[in-house]
Amino acid sequence: MALTFKDETFRDDFTFSNSPAAIRRFPFPFVEDKYMYSVNIEPHTTGPEGSVFEFPFDIDEHYVSEMRDRAMVLQEDPARCQALPHMMMAQWDMLELVMMSMARDYPDLFTLTRDGSKWHWVNRPLKIEQTFTFGDASTLPYEPMEYIGRQVQGDFSIQDQRDNQLWMDAGIITSQADWSLDFDVGMNFFEWHGPVPLAHEAGVFERALKFLLNLQISNPVRRLNWTMTINPRLDTSPENYHKWGKDRTTVTPENVGQKVHLRVEMQGLFRLPRSNAILFSIRGYLLSLDQLVTVPKWGRRLHRVLKTLPEELIGYKGLSRYRDTTIEWLSKYDDGAPTSRGGGPD
Amino acid sequence: MSGSLLRRVRVAEVEQVANRIKRFRLVDIDNAPLSEFSGGSHISVVMHSGDRLMRNPYSLMGSPTDTSSYQISVLNCGNDSRGGSKFMHDAVSVGSELEISEPLNLFPPCKLARKHILVAGGIGITPFMSMMNELDALHCDFELHYGVRSLEEGAYCKYLQSRYGSRVNVYLQDQGQMIPLESVLGSQRLGTHMYVCGPKPMIDWALQTAELLGWPAENVHSEQFSAPPPGKPFVVKLAKSGREIEVRGHQSILEALEEHGVDAPFLCRGGACGQCETGVVSCDGFIEHNDHFLTEAERVSGKKIMICMSRIPSGSITLDL
Amino acid sequence: MTISTLKSRPTYPGLSPDHNARSNIIVCDKAGAEAVTELFSRADDTFAKRSTVIVAEGTTDQDAETLKTALAPATVGFQPSLETGIARLREFLKDAPMGLRLYAAGSEPLIGSVVQAAADYSIDHLSIRTEHRGSLKRRVQCVHCKGFTENVTTNPVTCSHCGLTLMVRDHYSRRLAAFQGVCIDAEVPGEVPETEALYQ
Ligand SMILES: Cc1cc2nc3c(=O)[nH]c(=O)nc-3n(C[C@H](O)[C@H](O)[C@H](O)COP(=O)(O)OP(=O)(O)OC[C@H]3O[C@@H](n4cnc5c(N)ncnc54)[C@H](O)[C@@H]3O)c2cc1C
Ligand code: FES
Repeated sequence: MALTFKDETFRDDFTFSNSPAAIRRFPFPFVEDKYMYSVNIEPHTTGPEGSVFEFPFDIDEHYVSEMRDRAMVLQEDPARCQALPHMMMAQWDMLELVMMSMARDYPDLFTLTRDGSKWHWVNRPLKIEQTFTFGDASTLPYEPMEYIGRQVQGDFSIQDQRDNQLWMDAGIITSQADWSLDFDVGMNFFEWHGPVPLAHEAGVFERALKFLLNLQISNPVRRLNWTMTINPRLDTSPENYHKWGKDRTTVTPENVGQKVHLRVEMQGLFRLPRSNAILFSIRGYLLSLDQLVTVPKWGRRLHRVLKTLPEELIGYKGLSRYRDTTIEWLSKYDDGAPTSRGGGPD
Repeated sequence: MSGSLLRRVRVAEVEQVANRIKRFRLVDIDNAPLSEFSGGSHISVVMHSGDRLMRNPYSLMGSPTDTSSYQISVLNCGNDSRGGSKFMHDAVSVGSELEISEPLNLFPPCKLARKHILVAGGIGITPFMSMMNELDALHCDFELHYGVRSLEEGAYCKYLQSRYGSRVNVYLQDQGQMIPLESVLGSQRLGTHMYVCGPKPMIDWALQTAELLGWPAENVHSEQFSAPPPGKPFVVKLAKSGREIEVRGHQSILEALEEHGVDAPFLCRGGACGQCETGVVSCDGFIEHNDHFLTEAERVSGKKIMICMSRIPSGSITLDL
Repeated sequence: MTISTLKSRPTYPGLSPDHNARSNIIVCDKAGAEAVTELFSRADDTFAKRSTVIVAEGTTDQDAETLKTALAPATVGFQPSLETGIARLREFLKDAPMGLRLYAAGSEPLIGSVVQAAADYSIDHLSIRTEHRGSLKRRVQCVHCKGFTENVTTNPVTCSHCGLTLMVRDHYSRRLAAFQGVCIDAEVPGEVPETEALYQ
């Protein structure tokens, strides 16, 4: 599939939108008509051709514009990218995994040539060409995680494994759903999930941690997570909450379709071989409700899911101010017809 | 999700490195590159001996960055061995084919440590081989204290001394030399971590010595090469399927389930990783917990069992499977 | 109190003696000193003899005398503030050998500062024995301007750097030794709930 990269914005005039093909491949996360929290982890193996699961790191039509937005965020706030000193080996692990995958899966766009530790990387969409020595950070313009992080869609954190715990000791996070890397860096698995309601009581995180501690080399896994965002804004960080928080009060029955976006994160987890760390990729997809209801099943189902969402989650995901307006708007698209199982369009 | 994907390898080299220890070099069957790994990792080797299927964990010893081959060392457990190590010594030679799992690390060096003290006894040297390789490449401060019965029984003594010089200390039991652990641990700077691998009594001794010298539990780490201890036969009942399966005296529950085609989760098969944890519905008498994973409270509760290692003396146990 | 449903919120199980430690370093404030006295009363004299107590809060001469007597035979040092107390702790840790056990007793900012400093010497936070005593005041970091506001006793609180009104969350960072403060009226400026004196 030849990609045409869109020139669009995720701030100010918000020109972002999805092409019809991008709508069809949107990873709609709800497999049934009511909301259920689950760990829903599955192997991150090759998915259907053209789907967002086809490759470990999905590159789509928003690539170039998303990378431009990331550069702007890092320019304003360099603390969105941080690595504690003992994470250097894991940073190289990540760079290797991402470069190898991108060059293998998108040979028209990226090329990696390796001659021992002499590496040559070509990124055509971003017009980058770099020769460097693998393992020697002084041969790159940034540290390895930031270098490759500026060239791959999705946020990333890297977890060190010590004492049967995972410690979030590095990350590049510029489009997070309301959590602060600068605050959370150095925390363990339970701590950085601390603010998530309900799941701790259900023992979800204990089970997930045990699973991840044993995550195998070459056997990555993935899960979907979701929230909602007003305007197609990538940088919904707590750092800038005082600037974008007002957006949540701008939703009216007339503009729900353009303003309210379903935001889905495909989270991938990879064991990094040399460092024994775990790479966590958080690949976000945005879809306006206007575009979402072009798939009738999704319009029906989202209406039903939002109606059954527990109060704690409405607060945690920040939906309180516009949930009712959104449900009212969506009800026009729910004729009560049954929906098929699974998230895909009918 | 039981175990991991397996890879076929061929034995490229076998060397007798000490009286009862052989080193095996394994290459991918198609000479494809193997995964890199981290210091302290092991693989599981799947062995087909007659109609028996065995999977034993062995530590990777080579350089973590060498993707052309893996190296393991196996101690022949001689009369004690009714299983895999004897098979490796007697039936595996250059050209033999085996299946292995991807590397798994349950014994990594702590990346925040300012210094690493490695304490090895006998075959317990193996995980430290790759660990030292890694620490050396990262310019980390470490020292090895390695106790062997004699120079003939001890693997890699000369090699290690020539490679790492004064950082390696070998103690020969037949010459009355003992690891002076108290003085070693007594003079370390803050932020030092100790790692011990060897026979169980040695591990217990090292952990206790560290504790008595005021070392916090967070700074000491151990790995024990345990295999499931034998016992008497008993019966496993599966609550969900209603099946009943007999576990023989020299079998673990996990092995018995596998033999009967029941797919149960596992990874390390040594009671360390926690993957095979299984709920207990009911049980005749006490569970003999042989793992290193469950907490004391969990053991006492009798509600959980690690089926790769633990068993019951007799009678039957009903599992949530 | 110091109990929360949030997992990132630290808990302080209380001081207990490590009889094997060859030296004990104990950092406390005046309220925490009571916990130290109780700790010594639960251990034998040799434990106190191996202990150095840093009182990291201004004391009158008379207070100091009383404390010295109460904590004898430990070595007791007095520091005028938390900052100087932590600087003193760092001097102790700089060349210290293994076998040292660290303790902290008092307010959360004090315990947090000890844990934070110890991390620079590769001391795992779990190996530090801690007990909360006295004020519930908090150190709060503003997630927007990153400035720290000390001795916070109310929620919400005004950021002492950028002036935003912050909701104090139970979300805690050991690295920063601070709770997180997030603008409370970002969505509707001026819509601020009543201030509660939660952390007296
Ligand atoms: C993390 C880890 C790393 C290790 N690394 C190394 C290493 O580097 N080098 C090394 O030498 N060892 C290592 N070991 C130990 C190794 O895995 C084996 O336990 C050891 O080689 C002894 O195995 P064995 O098969 O010879 O003997 P046994 O312990 O007797 O048998 C092992 C297996 O055979 C089964 N078995 C035994 N007898 C019978 C019987 N009569 N009928 C049916 N089944 C039977 C047992 O249940 C078990 O599964 C490691 C262990 C662990 C947990
Ligand atoms: S398989 Fe690892 S504990 Fe049983």
